[in-house]
Amino acid sequence: MKGATGESPVYDIERVRVLAEERTSLRGSLLEILHAVQDTLGYVDETAIPIIADTLNLSKAEVLGVVSFYRDLRQEPPAQTVVRLCRGEACQSVGAERLVARARERFGLDIGESSTDGRVSLDQVFCLGNCALGPSAMVDGRLIGRLDEATLDVLMAPRL
Amino acid sequence: MATVFVSMDSSARSVGADDVADAIRRAAEVRDLSVTIVRNGSRGMLWLEPLVEVETERGRVAYGPVTIQDVETLVDEGLFVGADHRLSLGSTEEIPWLARQTRYSFELVGLIDPLSPEDYEAHGGLSGLRKAITMQPAEIVELVTESGLRGRGGAGFPTGIKWETVLAAPTEDVKFVCANADEGDSGTFADRMLMEGNPFGLIEGMVIAGLATGATEGFVYVRSEYPDAIATMRTAIGVAHLRGWLGLNILGSHERFELSVRVGAGSYICGEETAMLESLEGRRGMVRAKPPLPAHAGLFERPTVINNVLTLASVPRIVADGPSVYRSFGVGRSRGTQVFQIGGNVARGGVVELPFGVTLGTLVNDFGGGTRSGRPIRAVQVGGPLGAYLPVAAFDVPMDYESFAAIDAMVGHGGVVVFDETVDMARQARFAMEFCAEESCGKCTPCRVGAVRGVEVIDRIIAGDHREANLVLLEDLCDLMASGSLCAMGSLTPMPVRSALTHFGNDFHRLPAALRSDASEPRSR
Ligand SMILES: Cc1cc2nc3c(=O)[nH]c(=O)nc-3n(C[C@H](O)[C@H](O)[C@H](O)COP(=O)(O)O)c2cc1C
Ligand code: FES
Repeated sequence: MKGATGESPVYDIERVRVLAEERTSLRGSLLEILHAVQDTLGYVDETAIPIIADTLNLSKAEVLGVVSFYRDLRQEPPAQTVVRLCRGEACQSVGAERLVARARERFGLDIGESSTDGRVSLDQVFCLGNCALGPSAMVDGRLIGRLDEATLDVLMAPRL
Repeated sequence: MATVFVSMDSSARSVGADDVADAIRRAAEVRDLSVTIVRNGSRGMLWLEPLVEVETERGRVAYGPVTIQDVETLVDEGLFVGADHRLSLGSTEEIPWLARQTRYSFELVGLIDPLSPEDYEAHGGLSGLRKAITMQPAEIVELVTESGLRGRGGAGFPTGIKWETVLAAPTEDVKFVCANADEGDSGTFADRMLMEGNPFGLIEGMVIAGLATGATEGFVYVRSEYPDAIATMRTAIGVAHLRGWLGLNILGSHERFELSVRVGAGSYICGEETAMLESLEGRRGMVRAKPPLPAHAGLFERPTVINNVLTLASVPRIVADGPSVYRSFGVGRSRGTQVFQIGGNVARGGVVELPFGVTLGTLVNDFGGGTRSGRPIRAVQVGGPLGAYLPVAAFDVPMDYESFAAIDAMVGHGGVVVFDETVDMARQARFAMEFCAEESCGKCTPCRVGAVRGVEVIDRIIAGDHREANLVLLEDLCDLMASGSLCAMGSLTPMPVRSALTHFGNDFHRLPAALRSDASEPRSR
């Protein structure tokens, strides 16, 4: 992952090969492999594609097609902190859009954007299964309920 | 020694349950008191989370919502003996919100330690499986058919008939059972709460489905947005293996069933069953044309049972009780209970399990307590993003598959999302199209292109650009999507749009924002 200084560590291609080989016996293993690669290395680099394709006897286009279909799968290193605001209907009904506006006004970040130093990125999600306690967000995998502007500031500010 | 319960449900955790559990542990340590803290599932009274319960002679006593600031005084005033306190709710079982429900599928959620196999068995777990193991597959199928159980994923297809098809389907090698835990609908969270609160219940239901149909391998396809449910299911599957509830020689019999968790990757369409199969096979989540039915040629072209989590989790008790108990609940052809999920702008949101036939008004007003904002309710969306927006005038319609279909609405997965009077229904209609455009798999044109066009047309209507002509165009577009789409993603997107037009037509005829002086005021009806 990209550090504060903007340096990227080398992408460990050998690791990709091991992760893929460990999973080839699973039924329909491609998505499982891609998850494992992303969980371990932060993202699915383009250099990982031919290795995975080779392991599974698929074409590169097939692997790339799967990577690009799924919203979760990234082809770029993620920011240090990923804030995903829920914009599902239940969260809309309690002001989800106000939070989106707040992030834009106060931090200059729109959905899909990252801060210039690569520390924080803002994303959207449609429902986190927390619809009775919205607005909801997921911050680095942690679910947050009844999110308000003040808490959003606290979550984002120290990281920006 | 006191036993205290603080939920590990992710909703409870989202409002601080972990901190509260830690604070209680520390408070006990400081006072040299020995307490056991059980992290149970949630009772479903989500507005009271973090809820803290303590075991007493009178049964469990509840307090909530508890913050970390409350913990010191709560402990000093006698939490561990169930003493009275400002946050006391009395005996948990007697809280009217809970006492008035018919907890059947959700019976054990919140009651037991989700990952304790002893607790599960002590509360009646495995009795369905023990009975099923002594039965012929066709007898199990017959029992489930008799119970009247219909699929809880949205379409309400009779479960027994689906299983019968899979049982009858020939195969050279293997058949599969897939639990659909994609739960993409906004406003729904019961699958998640069940997996986090009673994972063995789902596992048991899947093994029974395997026995009934001859399937020996299963997958739970869980959306990636549910990391806690994924972790709990994985752990529970491991425990079940060690106990001989899964694997070879289940409960000492000659039966076998293998089960694993697969994780989605942020795609709503992968909840559609054939797209889910594609995803499980490691491909893009593209919808398949039917036939063939998954029951004949599903996962890897093998006969496959696909059921929603709640459908499968209802099975163990139905089998244990026999079909008549479940059948005795409900109305008409909607038998049994439905796990409703009340969310959005609501004062008391959570899980309400009741027999089919309860009215929307009862759910939203009696249980929900009206809006959280205190403003009047304007609209309620039932059944997820593809479900209808209903006005207060529909509050006395009974909630069952047939009555809802009769008003051009659907019960779906049981999500009930409340909006107050500030909602702009033209914008909600626009969102329905936008969501479809975003989530369409792209295989068929009416869905892929229709939704994009729908957003444009509604934008023009909102802007006051050739409004009448565009309203006609929108109707045509809805017709086309409803009749020409490959799956319900495209064919149901018109439901929320049309319901907004039918019940809240004024919102499409308002002055464009630029010409309004009251742009920030609540919308008038
Ligand atoms: C766009 C779309 C999304 C769906 N999402 C889900 C879902 O998240 N969970 C689910 O159980 N069923 C979902 N369904 C319904 C499934 O296709 C299928 O009917 C269901 O899983 C069958 O199980 P059941 O008979 O137990 O309801 C969806 C359908 C469509 C068209
Ligand atoms: S809509 Fe936001 S958590 Fe469900």
